[in-house]
Amino acid sequence: MPRETVFEHSIDHVEVLAPDGSVDSELDPELSEDDLLEMYWTMKRSRRLDERAIALQRRGELGTYAPATGQEAAQVGSAHALADEDWMVTSFRESPAYLARETPPHMLLWYAMGMEEGAATPRESRNMPPSIPVGSQALHGAGLGWAQEIADESAASLVYFGDGATSEGDVYEATNLAGVFDAHTVFLCQNNQYAISVPRAQQTRAETLAQKAVAAGIEGVQVDGNDVLGTYAVVRDALESARDGNPVFVEALTYRRSLHTTSDDPSVYRKEEEEDEWETRDPIARFETYLRDRGVLDDDRISDVEASVEDELREEIRLANEGREAVDPEEMFDYVFEAKFPELERQRAAFRGENDGR
Amino acid sequence: MADKQRLVEAVRNTLFEEMQRDEGVVVYGQDVGRNGGVFRATQGLIDEYPNRVYDAPVAEAGIVGLGVGLAAYGFTPVPEIEFSGFMLQAFHQIQQHVARLRSRTRGELNCPMTIRAPYGGGIHALEHHSESFEAGYAHTPGLKVVVPSTPADAKGLLTTAIRDPDPVVFFEPTRLYRAFREEIPDGDHTVPLGEADVVQEGEDVTVVAWGAMRHRALDAAEDVDASVEVIDPRSIVPFDTETVLESIRKTGRCVVVHEAPKTGGMAAEIIARINDRALYYLETPVQRVTGYDVPYPLFAREDEYVPDEDRIRRGIERALSG
Ligand SMILES: Cc1ncc(C[n+]2csc(CCOP(=O)(O)OP(=O)(O)O)c2C)c(N)n1
Repeated sequence: MPRETVFEHSIDHVEVLAPDGSVDSELDPELSEDDLLEMYWTMKRSRRLDERAIALQRRGELGTYAPATGQEAAQVGSAHALADEDWMVTSFRESPAYLARETPPHMLLWYAMGMEEGAATPRESRNMPPSIPVGSQALHGAGLGWAQEIADESAASLVYFGDGATSEGDVYEATNLAGVFDAHTVFLCQNNQYAISVPRAQQTRAETLAQKAVAAGIEGVQVDGNDVLGTYAVVRDALESARDGNPVFVEALTYRRSLHTTSDDPSVYRKEEEEDEWETRDPIARFETYLRDRGVLDDDRISDVEASVEDELREEIRLANEGREAVDPEEMFDYVFEAKFPELERQRAAFRGENDGR
Repeated sequence: MADKQRLVEAVRNTLFEEMQRDEGVVVYGQDVGRNGGVFRATQGLIDEYPNRVYDAPVAEAGIVGLGVGLAAYGFTPVPEIEFSGFMLQAFHQIQQHVARLRSRTRGELNCPMTIRAPYGGGIHALEHHSESFEAGYAHTPGLKVVVPSTPADAKGLLTTAIRDPDPVVFFEPTRLYRAFREEIPDGDHTVPLGEADVVQEGEDVTVVAWGAMRHRALDAAEDVDASVEVIDPRSIVPFDTETVLESIRKTGRCVVVHEAPKTGGMAAEIIARINDRALYYLETPVQRVTGYDVPYPLFAREDEYVPDEDRIRRGIERALSG
């Protein structure tokens, strides 16, 4: 019997907004000016939050912080495509996505201050808290998407993770299970080129990460993740498909322009030339050029945005510090179980100094 | 000449020496190559041994599972897990395969793997970076579990662990990586697994503590008006029960200290052994000073969670009273 091909697959790459600021008119999602400005504002807030957070960390006021600088388009573009009833499931680098979903900056700062309060997003927001174990949250995204299928809800879930996460079994299991159960899930892999120090090429021999979808039998697509319009368009379509029970894996090609976290030194593992090259592809700069060309932005409006970002952050940092001063350590006993638990109550009493600690 | 090293340097130097001594030693894990490990415990190793040091993808089950294959083939894998909290991603491989390869094959195959991982809290890390789950590994027959508390012990115990024909989980207390320097004995310094260190002799009460808690226990002992014997077991499995029992037969009182939660922690096991074999020597019930039965808090509350000198001192006083 001859050997014949039984399966073939290809992966599309999408780019709508080119680095020079020009737009592919066929793929243009044709967002309103308000939408465009809102995305721009969120991207600027997010970048400035990163800068402020790194400075606060250096002063000893924050713990480890994972900046998203360079990934604003991938996150804001995708999160902007979410409807209120959609779920968002994040990893640990998603401040732009949270900002896009109206999480106030002081909560993100609280989390970075080591306060559980920062992860307590209200249930109505349909945001999951950050997940630190790499890739583990992909299964939660698939579970939420499966729930939407079972409940016959016309909504979807969007789960964020990095290129490194695709090496974890959980991510493979999540995509595969999502396919099997018609989960309403979009998997958004931000391929920012590094998992701490390990470059993408050492993470997998696969040519694209989008093709990780193939083995799971779901659709995979690659988008220029520094292109906010392209990311928006691709994720909007993916969410539509997911709402009908067809999960999608989106690889957003981007670059982490800053540190992995505040305890990382990228000079050990990457070259300045590479960093400089990606600077020319910066997502905010590209979007700004486009918005200026369209006449939506000019110098004055940009300074207005920047001033409002500064005002907001000043107030939010104040709120964050206020919250930190009010931390009550005894609250660590409060949320372990819903009901009172005798042994834990004994331990709480011991903590308060009310019994002798036995 | 013996030089003074920090715990992380002792680990690094041991890896260099063992790779030089034994060509079968393979070091790999997330960021251990070019980056030299997130705590720099493998710094420079890849330059010296480019074909035996590997950066691995972010896949703990894969890292440990591959090690079973390397070990079965005849290599001595020494994987690093970036933080012990993420060893849970590999726990099924550890519990189902690493720990049982020898018994499953009636000794035909063994798994001389040493899994290194930073352990415990105290460095204001993120969620899941600070837990101490030694009891979970101790509850897995077939594994040895080691926690060094000083640079010299780190060297001696890691050397022994790598040479051990059985799998060893080697937990390095993050808080101690750079805490202080200590002289490391010259030459081939090994410390046997299962031999406790009587850190300080005393007559009135025995305190058993490991990892970062050993040092806190010593500080706390200074503040009580009694002669305190401090024992660092150095390995959790095998555990040097005899040394603890002998001490209790002398002091009649005991406190066990650990960072891990109270329920089901190692202290419970140690107390059970004392009950079995030295109950009638006890003047007062054995005291436990441990973390609480709550998830290890984010760092704004961690100092209140981890036993501090004050809590340990009060534990010692309870043991002394009555
Ligand atoms: C299960 C697990 N293993 C290891 C780590 C340590 N760690 C934190 S981030 C990271 C790299 C993640 O890379 P990637 O998925 O590409 O996301 P990025 O950091 O680039 O956003 C690692 C290994 C972790 N948090 N969780």
